[in-house]
Amino acid sequence: MSAADGSKPVKGIVTPIRLDYRYTPGAAQSRFLHGLKEGRLLGRRCPQCGKVYVPPRGGCPMCGVEFAEEVEVADTGTLVTYAVVNVNFANRVIDLPYISGEVLFDGSDMTSMVLVQGVSPDEVRMGMRVRAHWLPRDEWDYSFTNIDYVEPIDEPDADYESFKEAL
Amino acid sequence: MRPVAVVSYAQHASAREDNRNEVEILLPVLREALEPTGLTTQDIGFTVSGSSDYLAGQAFAFVSALDAVGPWPPIAESHVEMDGAFALYEAWVRLQHGDIDTALVYAFGKSSPGDIARVLSLQLDPYLVGPLWPDAVSLAALQARALLDADGIGEKDLARVVARDRRNAAGNPHAQVSEQTDEATLLAEPLYADPLRKHDCPPVSDGAAVVVLAAGDRARELAERPAWIRGIDHRIEGQYVGSRDLTVSASTRIAAQRAGVDGRADLAELHAPFSHQELILLEALGLDEDTTAVNPSGGALVSNPVMVAGLVRIGEAARRVSAGEGQRAVAHATSGPCLQQNLVCVLEAEQ
Repeated sequence: MSAADGSKPVKGIVTPIRLDYRYTPGAAQSRFLHGLKEGRLLGRRCPQCGKVYVPPRGGCPMCGVEFAEEVEVADTGTLVTYAVVNVNFANRVIDLPYISGEVLFDGSDMTSMVLVQGVSPDEVRMGMRVRAHWLPRDEWDYSFTNIDYVEPIDEPDADYESFKEAL
Repeated sequence: MRPVAVVSYAQHASAREDNRNEVEILLPVLREALEPTGLTTQDIGFTVSGSSDYLAGQAFAFVSALDAVGPWPPIAESHVEMDGAFALYEAWVRLQHGDIDTALVYAFGKSSPGDIARVLSLQLDPYLVGPLWPDAVSLAALQARALLDADGIGEKDLARVVARDRRNAAGNPHAQVSEQTDEATLLAEPLYADPLRKHDCPPVSDGAAVVVLAAGDRARELAERPAWIRGIDHRIEGQYVGSRDLTVSASTRIAAQRAGVDGRADLAELHAPFSHQELILLEALGLDEDTTAVNPSGGALVSNPVMVAGLVRIGEAARRVSAGEGQRAVAHATSGPCLQQNLVCVLEAEQ
């Protein structure tokens, strides 16, 4: 197809957009990030429903109230669910297959997505007890990636009833 | 039309908030607005917010802001990617349906994380104007130049607007600039974006605002002196800045006519982020500064949280009507470059 004057139609143009932002994580998440730098998991408890959020947000998304109390949770927890990944994402270099898990750290009411190591895909199961494996201390940053992965610990599996809320 | 009133209002605005995120700014403002009504977010019939994800640079930022509302069990909720004033319009329409009696309107925005003048360039058409990256201040300066080139308006008129707004800001705890000044002092300042000086442009503000609306007798139960919305309308002009006569605001004129401004108001809150735009708006609204107190809060020139400042105009006007400072007020909100879209709202106390 061409215009009446015989010229070729313009089928696309490239208009680059670049904007730089200075992100503000907020008061609660700043505390969380500072905690990670020290190898601690800091959450906050909702004064209304009592749930502990890790990482904490500005307020409780269920109740719409501000958090007050800071709570440190353990780096041991329960694998509440998982996925065995057989296809790598772009830019992600992990030996396949690997296990991506949702871990309920002890003391928290929210799960965190972490890599699960030290267990094969045919042995991993819901309710497995795990512990965070941190990067070497001198590599700690204000980042959740300080936890390299979680690995199983020698404890009996958690009862389904104890974590079904988090699913 | 079903009578709907503003029954409560709260705002927060300040310069760059380095510590708090949007939800943390919004939470106490929501609490402050709801408290006098005794309502919780679960009692509200319809909730609607106005914000822009481009301010935070985060997709679906408006969804995480719902954390502040506590939307569980599920609530009826909506969002506009616009100033909260336009969210209030949606709430007003929703209340006209007649099946609910209350609505919660909130707006939030941090202008500080990005370069706001450039962020606002993304409002422009993405093919012909957008790629040139004209920033919001430069576009406003082009409009100001067009206005000054037209008959009868000079730099002194711009300075008069700024001096008045800065004086009025004295009573506004959310104002970032407030001073007793005069035209001569202001005109001695250097040009920033010819013909605008820095004081002709708004400060960079972070903030949030919340308005509670109620219909009929419910409004009388919830507030001692509700500010009734007697008329509300909004109109938009073409996307190409170059195709509009920037010295007038046709959309404001039509919206004012349909909202029933009728040249009468004890006070007017105008959402004019640039000084010259106040002059254009007063002309389009048909209001006279001799009989109408213009921007008693100081307006957007003293505090301009983007996506919030328009809702603040309605809230401030309503607050003054409820406080008995006036019987009839006009509130205006704008969106887009160079006053592209305009909303006009007439508020009155009970007769």
